[in-house]
Amino acid sequence: MEFLLAILIGLLYASGLYMMLRRSLVKLIIGLILLGNGANLLIFLLGRITKGKPPIIPEESKFFLDAYADPVPQALILTAIVISFGLQSFAIVLIKRAYKVVKTDDLDQMNSTDEFS
Amino acid sequence: MIQHIVLYPIIVHLLLAILLLFSWNSIKIQKIISAAGSVLSLLVAIWLFSTVWNEGTLTIQAGNWEAPFGITFVADAFAATMVLLTAISGIAVSYFSIGTILKARLKFGYLPILHFLLLGLNGAFLTGDIFNLYVWFEIIIISSFVLITLGGEKKQLEGAVKYFTLNIFASVIFLTAVAVLYGLTGSLNMADLSLKVAAIENRGLVEVTAILFLIGFGIKAAIFPLYFWLPASYHTPPPAVSAVFGGLLTKVGVYALIRVFTLIFVGDAFLETIILTLAGLTLFVGAIGALVQNNISKIFSYLIISHIGFMILGLGLYTEAAIAGAIFYIIHDIVVKTNLFMVSGLIYRLKGTMSMKNLGGIYAKHPLLSLLMLVPLFSVVGIPPLSGFWPKLSLITESFKIENYWLIGAIIFATFITLFVIARIWAEVFWKEGKKLPTIQNFRYFHLLKLEKKIQILGPIAFLAFISLYIGFGAENIQQLAERVGTELMNNQLYIESVLGNIKEQP
Repeated sequence: MEFLLAILIGLLYASGLYMMLRRSLVKLIIGLILLGNGANLLIFLLGRITKGKPPIIPEESKFFLDAYADPVPQALILTAIVISFGLQSFAIVLIKRAYKVVKTDDLDQMNSTDEFS
Repeated sequence: MIQHIVLYPIIVHLLLAILLLFSWNSIKIQKIISAAGSVLSLLVAIWLFSTVWNEGTLTIQAGNWEAPFGITFVADAFAATMVLLTAISGIAVSYFSIGTILKARLKFGYLPILHFLLLGLNGAFLTGDIFNLYVWFEIIIISSFVLITLGGEKKQLEGAVKYFTLNIFASVIFLTAVAVLYGLTGSLNMADLSLKVAAIENRGLVEVTAILFLIGFGIKAAIFPLYFWLPASYHTPPPAVSAVFGGLLTKVGVYALIRVFTLIFVGDAFLETIILTLAGLTLFVGAIGALVQNNISKIFSYLIISHIGFMILGLGLYTEAAIAGAIFYIIHDIVVKTNLFMVSGLIYRLKGTMSMKNLGGIYAKHPLLSLLMLVPLFSVVGIPPLSGFWPKLSLITESFKIENYWLIGAIIFATFITLFVIARIWAEVFWKEGKKLPTIQNFRYFHLLKLEKKIQILGPIAFLAFISLYIGFGAENIQQLAERVGTELMNNQLYIESVLGNIKEQP
């Protein structure tokens, strides 16, 4: 399972970066979304995957007798997902506005702020 | 319960932002709340600073969860200084915004978002938890996205696309670094991480994580190969927004770099070489960029990049005196860069353009105003009694000690180019005979403004000019502060002990 997840995360990062390097605005956003998902899964993987174990230790036991799930990574992912959802929805509205105002979705055409004036 | 003060700078801005949102319909009330609230936040920041100065580092555990398990807020001398600087810069920008931002922007929530931005900045400076730092960073960038796009002009949207792409990308890399670090240590508390990272045997993996942090924060701080978003976007929003961005946002990146590389990843010669190299190149490239520009606001953007090099250099040298120099530079830089962008706003109000070719003749027409603008312009160069000079002194001394003459060359080159660029601005904008520019219809020229508006524009500039004069002439006090911060940062067990309690007592 870890092995599969590792490959999946690698693929998500790679395809995210590839999409970001394209010239289209929409692909840029898709790339950012893929990268964000890759990062979330990475937290999940590095927090150690434990199957079917509760994150709670029984009150009467003083030692860890069994493997237990670490609840922290899940809390982190939840926070990160909510944040990236907010950012992505802002980004989508922004590219729509940018497309309407600049009248192109080609990133190479959006260079007027770098020109000498 | 004295340690509750740590949270007040955050809470003040949160309450202000909420109050501002509730008075959405009345810009007048919003202006009053923002103006009064900025004064309040400055008082709170001074209170926090003086408490930290007198009684040492304050910590508070959120929800009373013991240190490595809950979220910790820490106000050491460094964090308290940054909060104080945020408040100083914030009050200036708040008044300047009230004076210059158009009604159409104010109507769509400019002031609440400005206070959300300051909230995020204070949070980032005060938190002692690495994931919490990520969350504060996100609050900062989402507020800055709104500020940079508000108004929706063509150049703003183009700049914003670059700005948000690179900033989100930096956040993803930062998150990746946090994930790897959590996988390595199982902790998120920065003090606890410091102990656990030092104990890891697989140094290669630690180095990779450190590089991830360097890239993530490096994009935000705009260091050498990662700065291209900055000059493409910082000159697009109104000058008040550029002022808060130029003064504070890149410095959060520098703050995070200094924090992480003095607390968590310490004593790695390889990393120090990388940081020093990047610092030298940042100084060099930023200066050259500033040389060729014509728009004054763009020149200032490149100067930001170049001067980030000084701060990173102090971190890379990694001695107490060098870090003190970097801290001194940050203190000077936040005040002066905020002021420079406000000066560019004033020039724009005077003439209706920011292009150096068309500007000119300001000195002949407004000698007193020119004198006021002279202070920030010459402070940024660091002509001896003014504020930029003192930190460079300690940075050059420390570079001599390790006999790295390339670095000294880079420092002197960057300073010289800054001098040249500012002298050129002075000659072209102030001394050159003014051209007759066509009058722009419906443009609110400075001389057409009401006295009240004029004060709102000139007041903040004069206030920050006064502070940078104080930094220059009262350099001894600032140096004392910088040295104390430097000592605290280099002896990180002080920070660790104040968060985790006495380590030796624990098994």
